[in-house]
Amino acid sequence: MAKLFEGRSRAGRDPRLPPGQYDVGGGWPVLTAEPTPRVERDAWTFRVDGLVDAARTWSWADVQRLAATTWRGDIHCVTTWSKLDTAFTGVDLDVLLDEVGVSPSATHVVAWSSTGYTTNLPLAEVRGGKAFLVWEHEGQPLPREHGGPVRMLVPHLYFWKSTKWVSGLRLLDHDEPGFWETRGYHELGDPWREQRYDGD
Amino acid sequence: MAAPLEEPGGQGPGGLPPLPGIDAPARRPPRSGARREWQDARVLEVRRETARASTYRLGLPRWEPHVPGQHYVVRLVAPDGYRAERSYSVASPPSDEGVIELTVERLADGEVSAYLHDGIAPGDELTVRGPFGGWFVWRGDTPAVLVGGGSGVVPLMAMHRHWRATGRRAPLRMAVAARSPEELLYRSEYGDETLLAFSRAVPEGSPRPRGRLTAADLEPLLLPGATHYVCGSTPFAGHAEELLLGLGVPADAIRVERFGGG
Repeated sequence: MAKLFEGRSRAGRDPRLPPGQYDVGGGWPVLTAEPTPRVERDAWTFRVDGLVDAARTWSWADVQRLAATTWRGDIHCVTTWSKLDTAFTGVDLDVLLDEVGVSPSATHVVAWSSTGYTTNLPLAEVRGGKAFLVWEHEGQPLPREHGGPVRMLVPHLYFWKSTKWVSGLRLLDHDEPGFWETRGYHELGDPWREQRYDGD
Repeated sequence: MAAPLEEPGGQGPGGLPPLPGIDAPARRPPRSGARREWQDARVLEVRRETARASTYRLGLPRWEPHVPGQHYVVRLVAPDGYRAERSYSVASPPSDEGVIELTVERLADGEVSAYLHDGIAPGDELTVRGPFGGWFVWRGDTPAVLVGGGSGVVPLMAMHRHWRATGRRAPLRMAVAARSPEELLYRSEYGDETLLAFSRAVPEGSPRPRGRLTAADLEPLLLPGATHYVCGSTPFAGHAEELLLGLGVPADAIRVERFGGG
């Protein structure tokens, strides 16, 4: 008979931890599928195209001129770590989407990175102050291994939706599963519903 | 309805340049049987590998062949319903039918790994789900260069064992880094295809001095047209990918799986 599993003391389990997640504390694991690219700020660009009134490409200097915002909260990785109470600074994605004018027929977005990584999101999941482009973590430039100079931040979904080294967003009138979504992972990835794998 | 585009002559979204894709043909989600259910596996054997690592051989009621490099999730449930889940790479090849082997390193503050090491014996049951992962995988029919550090060698050993079990159909080379011979996993299984690099203590008579992996270690292992699989801690993986890139290996021929803090 197997010894009883008791787990760590959880009288004080933090209610901010979704089911199945553990608190990584001060650490921040690096998870990538590819070599870490070296993207220079001055060479970085971010394009929004597809179902918009006028597609547009921003440079580093362009996004620095936008109203910066700092988001503080918890992030959750599908590999079961969560990082609580952590801050990112960047720009609300709504600001960029409003600048290009989203077509009423748009229902989904695909974000892509300079490495070719893609991930899909329903448009409703990135509108209304729920998603950001960020370039600082806790007041410091975002480290290269965490997606610097600029990554997406969609903190209410598992972190594979928060594309590192992000370089564009395309608005579509249909869903187009991305890198992990075509490899057995869930379409949406809500940590509170434990949507880890396809069919969860 | 076509949206106005900035480029003259644009044709609407259908005519936009294709999204960049690492593996563009796989843009449709897997639909057939992709959902993996939890199942109770029987622990058939527990094998001590090193002072800190053990291999758990599990018999699965519903087994399906994994692709070398894939992982399973282990779930532990306490009497009050508290759950902990961790992913572990499969070490066994798919030719080992009906079973999987997971090699688990005991982490200093490990909640799940400590329980497995202290609380699990042959005859026990473990709840598992898998196989998962469709990127860090090797099917055995294309050249492969495997670079593993510490317990990062586990998914690579599934590839190595698959390579041997299928008659070495494609060329394979391997580099394995460990702190000392005592910490080397699967020490009896390496042959001429593998370079062993010990960082702190080397076996007596070793031609290679102790030290971290170098470009000179990896250069003789490179194979034309190979996919390179790097697995290990974040510092190890970062170092190994820099070495490979420095040797001229294209970034899109390198796949990385990392673990640990960063």
